[in-house]
Amino acid sequence: MLDSYVRITALLLRYFYLLRSSWPRLLEIAYWPTIQMIIWGFTSDYFSHSSPELTAGGILISAVLIWDSLFRSHISYTLSFLEEMWSRNLANLFVSPLRSWELILALATISMIRTLIGMTPAALLAIPFFGVSVFEMGLPLLGFFLNLVITGWAISQVVTGILLRYGLGAESLTWMLPFLLAPFSCIYYPMETLPEWMQSVAQFLSTTYIFEGMRSLILDGVWQPMLMWKACLLNLLYLMVGVSVFLFAIRAARNRGLLMQSGE
Amino acid sequence: MTEKVSAVIVEKLSKSFGSFTAVRDLSFSLEKGSLTGLLGGNGAGKTTTISMLLGLLKPSSGGITIFGDPFHQNREKILSRMNFCSPYVDLPQRLTVRENLSVFARLYQVFDPMQRIEELAGEFKLGDFIDKPVRRLSSGQKTRVTLVKALINKPEFLLLDEPTASLSPDVSIWIRERLKSYRDRTGATILFASHDMREVEMLCDRVLIMNQGSLIDQGSPGELMERHQRESLEEVFLSVSEEK
Repeated sequence: MLDSYVRITALLLRYFYLLRSSWPRLLEIAYWPTIQMIIWGFTSDYFSHSSPELTAGGILISAVLIWDSLFRSHISYTLSFLEEMWSRNLANLFVSPLRSWELILALATISMIRTLIGMTPAALLAIPFFGVSVFEMGLPLLGFFLNLVITGWAISQVVTGILLRYGLGAESLTWMLPFLLAPFSCIYYPMETLPEWMQSVAQFLSTTYIFEGMRSLILDGVWQPMLMWKACLLNLLYLMVGVSVFLFAIRAARNRGLLMQSGE
Repeated sequence: MTEKVSAVIVEKLSKSFGSFTAVRDLSFSLEKGSLTGLLGGNGAGKTTTISMLLGLLKPSSGGITIFGDPFHQNREKILSRMNFCSPYVDLPQRLTVRENLSVFARLYQVFDPMQRIEELAGEFKLGDFIDKPVRRLSSGQKTRVTLVKALINKPEFLLLDEPTASLSPDVSIWIRERLKSYRDRTGATILFASHDMREVEMLCDRVLIMNQGSLIDQGSPGELMERHQRESLEEVFLSVSEEK
């Protein structure tokens, strides 16, 4: 167990050095969530005059920030993996004693760190800028955040599996896949707004229950633990599928000799 | 009489990609402490063989035993005692040499990473550029760094895929000397794939010659030259390749 801890921290050190080597890179992590928050903050302000029910309790800004934690966790995980492909370092990792699950854990940890670095300034700045504090949600906020981060990791594991199999030609999937989920996830609107066929897809998404739960908490002041449980169960399932896809992709890459060739 | 111990045993190893067979029924063993050259032209199967020995590629059939244990069932345990260097693999370019070596020292659980890095930096003369990002190094400096990375865990089995390719002759000679000295000091087993017959002739005590995925001859450079009545390993290689 101690051996695994040392190898995981070795990889974390690698990603820390990478972040330290470029201040624009570090700045970028916090830049996009903050810009998103500012744009939606002003949009929300504008709507609050004509349709106050749409923006009650800072619902729009909260939804933007919470959705962004999924996107940031996914991007952070996948970009760290892509760094290994871009620098043609993947083979060095796979011929070291590093185990696949240790790689997954290191990528997830760095993703969590980068997500927190990215989201915290945006969430804090929303308080003086627009008078909206997501922290007022209390403990449920932690549940919403963790669930979305885990969904992000599950998507990343599928994407990194595809990257292993198809190489950097599939890189654009990194940006595309989370946006495919967005319309079904009911981020800014209740599930009933969706047409019936989309609702039947939405009910299998953990994100739907997170945003339904968030709306219920902010708009009605009602905390619905059942929605959180549904999200947790679905995330557990996604995570199992994601890890299986990634491990299968490693096995397939070993069969096809793709690990030595990965890179630009 | 001292018994010769095999560090690596390869038995009937084959690898096919669809209908194409890259390596066919390859069998050989590497004595502990030996420096063996793996010779072959383009497409001979050298890199495929090395990839299978590193666990990057799963053989279609056959077996590999390293340090007495079946490799594919004990991969992580065995890999901690091995290392490699290849022109097909780079180190992270944005990290400095020292940062890269620190990461790999920890990945291989080197006992005192900083001391080991200083030791190797001294031996391989990395002092002038150890705090520079890898992307700013010349190809000769990069080769030295990847070689140091390959030695960071004091490997007992070292695989080198064309480590001196595209280097000037003086740097190649210097690297060959370092490798020989490492083997002599530690008793490590080294497998050295190369196109450069002269280099293999000078450096290796044994040679495996591959052609079209098969092992076509093996022996010490002297034995091979005598057996084929040729004056250099290059002539031997050309002769056996033509025969096949």
